[in-house]
Amino acid sequence: MLIDWFTIGAQALNFLILVWLLKHFLYKPILAAIDAREKAVAKELADAAATMDEANRKQAEFQARNETFDKERSDLLSKATQEAADKRKDLLEEARSAAEALSAKRKESLRNEAANLDQAIHDRCRQEVFATTRKVLSDLADTTLEERMGAVLTRRLAEMDAAARKTLGEALVSGPEPVHVRSAFELPGPQRTAIRKALHETFSVDLQVRFDTSPELVSGIELAANGQKLAWSVSDYLASMVKHIGGLLEQPAKARSHPKAKAATMPAQKAP
Amino acid sequence: MPLSPDQVVFWHHGFLKINATIAFTWVLILVLGIGSKILTRKLSTGIDRSRWQNLLEIIVTSINQQVGEVGIPHPEKYLGFLGTLFLFVAMANLGTIIPGYTPPTASLSTTAALALCVFVAVPLFGIEEQGMRGYLASYLEPTVIMLPFNLISELSRTLALAVRLFGNMMSGTMIIGILLTITPFVFPIIMTSLGLLTGMVQAYIFSILAAVYIAAATRARKPTPEAAPAS
Repeated sequence: MLIDWFTIGAQALNFLILVWLLKHFLYKPILAAIDAREKAVAKELADAAATMDEANRKQAEFQARNETFDKERSDLLSKATQEAADKRKDLLEEARSAAEALSAKRKESLRNEAANLDQAIHDRCRQEVFATTRKVLSDLADTTLEERMGAVLTRRLAEMDAAARKTLGEALVSGPEPVHVRSAFELPGPQRTAIRKALHETFSVDLQVRFDTSPELVSGIELAANGQKLAWSVSDYLASMVKHIGGLLEQPAKARSHPKAKAATMPAQKAP
Repeated sequence: MPLSPDQVVFWHHGFLKINATIAFTWVLILVLGIGSKILTRKLSTGIDRSRWQNLLEIIVTSINQQVGEVGIPHPEKYLGFLGTLFLFVAMANLGTIIPGYTPPTASLSTTAALALCVFVAVPLFGIEEQGMRGYLASYLEPTVIMLPFNLISELSRTLALAVRLFGNMMSGTMIIGILLTITPFVFPIIMTSLGLLTGMVQAYIFSILAAVYIAAATRARKPTPEAAPAS
């Protein structure tokens, strides 16, 4: 007999006992452990997600802050650069103005110096011309400069044409003041007398004549009355001399500034 | 050579007796029960866990998953019954590698007892899920004429469960025993390993069929939302 009913009942009971045992000692603890682990993992994942969200939020916040900082820094930098450029421009302008002012001042100073030097040369030349003339006249013609100046004035009075004589005569007669004769040197008595005589002979009236000496104003001798003037001056001679001397001084300067041209021209001069 | 371990009687007193089937079943109960108690004593709920815990978790979750794949909505509810069916049959069959051991499943009494348990459990689970009226009405589906055929089906599938497992295990044991007398060296080892495979397959088939019957009793005859308006 393959089927034993007692064994069937016992095995069914045994199986039910085994079901109860495994349910309590195997399935429940294992499933509880798995559930607990799944909950822990889910909690950790949720925490990680929350941490990630927080990190993302902070990252976005820091990024926005960094962008703000960068923008502010860029603005400040551009502002500082602009201010520096403006300051540089102002300083350059100021320096240029100062340099120009200094240059103008220096040019003015040089111009003044040159003018003073010209004047000094002019005065010295006049003195030298007078001294030389006086000495030459004394040595060669046995006369004085003052005599010759007086003679020249009287001769010019005598040689005046009719129109000029008339104009000057009217000026001399109509003026309230005496005739004013100024000279660079003190005129001796005979010359003064000769001038008075020449005036009388020329204009046929007795004129009051006043003689003055002003070497700084007059470069010779002049007769002035009521806006009319008759004079002899050394200024023309001096101007001519300055022109000649200037020409002499310019030649070496040109030669220095064009050495090749000079070198090229030298053999041509020597050839004949 | 005894055809069934029921015939190997160690002790008997009138109607009561202890044969090899009952004795080896008790051994299996002790091994499974005490082993489970020891291994689940210190379970870890964290990430780090022992190898034995890993093994047990793999077994339990695999059974749970298989039961769920059959179509049972809450497999944890039937895990105790179906999982024990699988583990008992599997352990009983794996024990054949131990010399002198006779699997309890090679006894028709054991397989009949297991089939009887399934035969009783299926309507119980069905009534629990659908109620007495709903479960009994399922025998009249699709028409009243099908009632006798449904009843025959219930009985025949129970008988088939018992005889299939018994036949496979008994034949495996018998073949190994016969071969041991003919070719005592290499060939029985091959047949033993084949028997192990057959035993695992039978455990799987037995428990899966039981799961299918339970699924059919608890869920299959429920009207689906799409079919409800038409009926």
